[in-house]
Amino acid sequence: MNLQLDEQGRLKHLLTTEGLPRSLLERLLDRAEPYARAAEAGFKKDPLLVGKTVVNLFFENSTRTRTTFELAATRLSADVVNLQVAASSTAKGETLLDTLKTLEAMQADLFVIRHEASGAAHFFAEHAAPGVAILNAGDGRHAHPTQALLDAFTIRRHKHKFEGLSVAIVGDIVHSRVARSNIHALRSLGCTDLRVVGPPPLIPAGIVELGVSVEHDLMRGLDGVDVIILLRLQKERMVGAFLPSLGEFHRDYGLTRERLARLKPEVLVMHPGPINRGVEIEGEVAYGPQSLIIEQVRNGVAVRMSVMAEILANTQ
Amino acid sequence: MSKSPSSLLIQNVRLLDPAGDRDTVTNLLLRDGAIAALGADALAGGDESLDAGGHWLLPAATDLAARLREPGATQKATIASEASAALAAGVATLCVPPDTKPVADTPALIDRIHAKAAQAGAARVLVLGALTQGLAGEALAELSALKAAGVVGVSNGQRPLANALVARRALEYAQGLGLTVHVQALEPALANSGCAHEGAIATRLGLAPIPVAAEVAAIRQWISLVEDTGGRVHFGRLSSARGAELVESAQQRGLPVSADVAIHQLFLTDAALEGFNAQAHLLPPLRSEDDRQALRAALARGVIGALCSDHQPHEPDAKINPFPLTEPGTSSVETLLPLALELVHEGLLTPLQMAQRLSLGPSRVLGQSLPELQPGARLPLVLVDPQSPWTLRAQDLRSRGRNSLFDGRRFQGRVLRVFP
Repeated sequence: MNLQLDEQGRLKHLLTTEGLPRSLLERLLDRAEPYARAAEAGFKKDPLLVGKTVVNLFFENSTRTRTTFELAATRLSADVVNLQVAASSTAKGETLLDTLKTLEAMQADLFVIRHEASGAAHFFAEHAAPGVAILNAGDGRHAHPTQALLDAFTIRRHKHKFEGLSVAIVGDIVHSRVARSNIHALRSLGCTDLRVVGPPPLIPAGIVELGVSVEHDLMRGLDGVDVIILLRLQKERMVGAFLPSLGEFHRDYGLTRERLARLKPEVLVMHPGPINRGVEIEGEVAYGPQSLIIEQVRNGVAVRMSVMAEILANTQ
Repeated sequence: MSKSPSSLLIQNVRLLDPAGDRDTVTNLLLRDGAIAALGADALAGGDESLDAGGHWLLPAATDLAARLREPGATQKATIASEASAALAAGVATLCVPPDTKPVADTPALIDRIHAKAAQAGAARVLVLGALTQGLAGEALAELSALKAAGVVGVSNGQRPLANALVARRALEYAQGLGLTVHVQALEPALANSGCAHEGAIATRLGLAPIPVAAEVAAIRQWISLVEDTGGRVHFGRLSSARGAELVESAQQRGLPVSADVAIHQLFLTDAALEGFNAQAHLLPPLRSEDDRQALRAALARGVIGALCSDHQPHEPDAKINPFPLTEPGTSSVETLLPLALELVHEGLLTPLQMAQRLSLGPSRVLGQSLPELQPGARLPLVLVDPQSPWTLRAQDLRSRGRNSLFDGRRFQGRVLRVFP
């Protein structure tokens, strides 16, 4: 996966958290700190990327993620172009490559790409002109590295370290790029007790080889954990095929106040959003005192600023 | 290939005769495309002679699965381009699956493919007829008419049949005509549009998985139908240990089932997908190391009686896309013999066994006889240097498809000359 690092080990593209050394992950988290603090203090604008062009190229619908990337680029004073491309118009390979080449010709410096196919970000990075950076905003089930970084950033702000932390990722692991990216990032950052929790059809084959343990019983999986990362259940494709009903999923895997009360009092609850109230999480838990869900969104901007600043500093 | 003189003496050659089950160093006189004499008798003649010490002479290969892309996808390749690439690589007979466009479900189309191949004048092209009309999996194609047009078997290619009843009736009907049903076993519901072997690598890369059960369930169902009907089934492109195991147990019970493997399955595993390598996007997918070892063992035991290339040439664009959106398949007819030689170097097969898996085994699947290498025999032969080292460059392939899995790989042994 050295596609994303240059010969000096500096970040050239951000495609996945897999294979990123701890020092680099920490550097990205450190770099996000001042952006987060400045925003909290009301100072939002930084002139760092004046004259740079960032293109948000989204082949999959997303308002939330696209907005945070847009905000991050704008706060760094880059020019931002948003392109929502219907997947149907890019069914052929030439068109996908043509899209990239056409936009490159407009002197874009950084592409933020979301695509439904796993490996799409790698594909763009392989074909991008020298000096053009690719930032993966989610490719299929494969990776969502900035989500993993913002989750790590949020955890670090509260727990200050990763060694000794127990983290459980709960729900639809099989389709989740967030789960995969979190596993790689948290492992690399020093977290050794990582668990994935869900019904067997939602746990992919061989996941233990990524360095996690698997638990099918929610309360056993959450026993003694410090952090719970709930995943969004893609309701449309779940019922019938993977699960009998959303109600049954909630009964066995939903995080409720009653269940939360039986866990460590300082346990943190996270979710990449948007949440399905009453499915993976009870509304009261989502906005309860242990929930970091809103803070994750806020931190998302700072972390994405950090990544953009890092990558574009390296492409000079 | 250089033009053969009217008679040629090949001296001191290691002659691999699969049909005669002989492996000897001898002299051989070729005259007008037939073996004229062997041993000391051969030394009497020859307009030209060739010292082939250290080299092997064997029947040219018969490839049970090669897509030539014509008609229907001539942006990828043509019958002429692939038949001549194959022949130059020592593959003198190609068996084409019916999934051309239009589908090979009418005598007219079979005739057209045969005519194009004759025109090309390179490798001989045999056709598997469509098992169902349009390969739609529902109504049987006119199998008797296809047989009269010269198909060497029938198949639904990689397309599913509507249900087990269609499969059973197709098998019975084909049996009545003496046609073997070629099956690429993949239960479509379990394969579920996946693009990679189910396991840790597909999970890490986020690629939709194809479980081993997709192959095993389909094999099991077909074997049940063979048990009922006695119809003959050939399982093409086995990819899993459990699949090979099922075929072996069916053979032990005397059922008329045979199997082949695409030779790249014996060399690569799903590890080749690392970095979203679209060249390794295949169907069936490259599977685990255990599967690879079991397939090798099944080949050595003869459970898998034939090696094939599963040649699928593509235009470059077919592989220029994110992995799941690329087209599966690899351009592989030119690596069939070089890889087979490696199986000998690695000690898996004897040279004679290799020759058997490349010619006798596939011929039997097609119900064709392979002559013994005796005076009077007329069959395409290939002369190989089993030792000569070389490096494959995809851009140097003769096939129109440059989508090789082995670009840059070092090989030991190559085809020197083909006597068609």
